[in-house]
Amino acid sequence: MANIEAFGAYLPARAVSNAELARWLGCEADWILQASGIAERRYAAEDEDVVDLAARAAEACLARAGRRAADVGCLIVASATGRRRIPGPAALVAVRLGIGEAPALDVPAASAGGLIAMALGNLLAPAYGMVLIVAAEKMSTLVRREPPDRNVAILFGDGAGACLLQAEGGRARIVDHVLHSDGAFADSLAVGADGALAMDGRTVILQASRKLPRTITEVLDRNSVPAADVSAFLLHQANQNLLDGVARALQVPAGRLFSNVRAYGNTSSASLLIAAAEWEEREGFRSGAPVVFAAFGAGFHWGALLAVGI
Amino acid sequence: MDETQKRKKIREIVRQFASEDREPDASESLFDSGLLDSFALPQMVNALEEAFGIKIPDADLRPRQFESLDRIETYLNSRK
Repeated sequence: MANIEAFGAYLPARAVSNAELARWLGCEADWILQASGIAERRYAAEDEDVVDLAARAAEACLARAGRRAADVGCLIVASATGRRRIPGPAALVAVRLGIGEAPALDVPAASAGGLIAMALGNLLAPAYGMVLIVAAEKMSTLVRREPPDRNVAILFGDGAGACLLQAEGGRARIVDHVLHSDGAFADSLAVGADGALAMDGRTVILQASRKLPRTITEVLDRNSVPAADVSAFLLHQANQNLLDGVARALQVPAGRLFSNVRAYGNTSSASLLIAAAEWEEREGFRSGAPVVFAAFGAGFHWGALLAVGI
Repeated sequence: MDETQKRKKIREIVRQFASEDREPDASESLFDSGLLDSFALPQMVNALEEAFGIKIPDADLRPRQFESLDRIETYLNSRK
């Protein structure tokens, strides 16, 4: 098991409003906000790829922790939108950061990628010491296509988040995690060989609405932590309606689920760690207070992780 | 619950989560007509589970099962 030392995030400078998107998609800006709860998202520059985004988030995380890249024993990069299929971005991010020859592993798992990387880091930290987790996505490469898919284009944005784990010390102790997968719904949310993102939104919402509360309850129950005692729920930021539905299912106040989806949209794997970085700046871990991380995405893959402030 | 009561209950639940207060035709697509959006669907499914005392497995959580009053009734009958 590992401890959480710090988070970091990087959002590209260019903010894309609903009004700008509405002009391209031929719809009303108000409809976008109503359907998604998203007011704005960020798009990376043409010459900015996931390696650039990941490196910026990792540097922010290391700076916040007061650590050097050379101290990192293992790097895990979650991303499904790298410029190249092989190699994945992890080895390139390692070079950019100056991590040396420590293992640099890719987790190409879309929206659940940030959580899966945290869970793997939790298992690897006792062996590798400091594990740097980064999740970075340039979703705009998938959605800025002609003709656009309006229901997909309104949701996604670009960004990166990072988390530094270590075997001892830090701000919070990871108590437990659970991961699940079910390939029976692989076609419901997928990027095909043509690079287009296809999403059966109703199936995704129906499944996520059921699986997210259940996996959170699973990790809480097996550690005898009531949902009401959790100080913050940090979830993949898919859309506000889903977050509100999870809060209802868990019977906790909606405000207990941190949300920044209005500002950044759905940044796939990156959203969990971007949310964590912003939450840490505003509130952060308190000694003894449980915090839950959870995500659901293409695959389907889903899971939850329980940490307690030190 | 007999068949008439069951149909009445299904209609009540659908109307509870529908975006408009009107009676849909039995075969009308609740999605295509805009009566039920993606976010109301999970809540409607939860309400059906509670009303009919069943637990719908994840493998059956496919929107097509709940697309119309007829389809909902057919699915619930399959769970007898």
